[in-house]
Amino acid sequence: MKKVKIHITLKEGVLDPQGKAVQGSLNTLGYQSVEEVRIGKYLELILADDANVEEQVEEMCKKLLANPVIENYQYTVEEGVTQ
Amino acid sequence: MKFAVIVFPGSNCDRDMYHAAKDALGQEAELVWYQDATTLENYDAILLPGGFSYGDYLRCGAIASTSAMVKELRVQAEKGTPILGVCNGFQILLEAGLLPGALLRNKNLKFMCHHEGLIVKNNRTLFTTDYEQEEEISIPIAHGEGNYFCDPQTLEQLKANNQIVFTYSNNPNGSIEDIAGIINEQGNVLGMMPHPERATEDILGSADGLKLFTSMLKNWRESYVAGA
Repeated sequence: MKKVKIHITLKEGVLDPQGKAVQGSLNTLGYQSVEEVRIGKYLELILADDANVEEQVEEMCKKLLANPVIENYQYTVEEGVTQ
Repeated sequence: MKFAVIVFPGSNCDRDMYHAAKDALGQEAELVWYQDATTLENYDAILLPGGFSYGDYLRCGAIASTSAMVKELRVQAEKGTPILGVCNGFQILLEAGLLPGALLRNKNLKFMCHHEGLIVKNNRTLFTTDYEQEEEISIPIAHGEGNYFCDPQTLEQLKANNQIVFTYSNNPNGSIEDIAGIINEQGNVLGMMPHPERATEDILGSADGLKLFTSMLKNWRESYVAGA
């Protein structure tokens, strides 16, 4: 088994109203040093051992998991995961 | 004229869309469950209603855009069949890549449901010929993620090809250039956040949306029914 950890983040220049609201709240709590918050998604996939995991994950991100118009993605593949 | 109203799990404006085509416009309409039809060959126009397909999981419209029904939509889009996507239907068209850009959370993070003023920016599409150019109309919006976004190059293309069909008079959600609705280059796929199907009779507060449907009907008659 392989575990794939995927981070999906908003591209630079894409407005993140949710991040802005959270930043405002952090500032209200007294954390004045917080200048920006950007909110993204984190996904974990368990994949059967396969020769081309990277290629498949790349495709999955492009086709469905991320929207390339507004989002970037990054992932890592961990070997030898037991469920 | 025969309309297909595509129903996904979580669609909730399908009946409104059906009512607009069937009762307000007085044409044939059928609700088509997304798994039931392998072809949409027998319909003259396709309506993608609003709602929350697949509970808006992952991103609005993302899951629906991977369905076999959307594959068939691509075939029909290519063939020139008129396709109207409203609200979640617009989100599905964007996720499917049938229209350019994406929709983000509303700038104020709120779900908004009220009438908005729209300006008709292009009345030379098959969906808008019954409107005057620059006509201001009142159509309800009902969305939490209707903030239209695209990169600067795409925006230039949209402008150059006259693909911006509707803009907001008072931008409620932060959309770039006040965009409320866009059409594809070919001119047969229109996506918009406001709900014309909810404004087809005066008793609903506005009948301004009806002209969108009458435009579709007139243009269909002109192009497909010789001598009608």
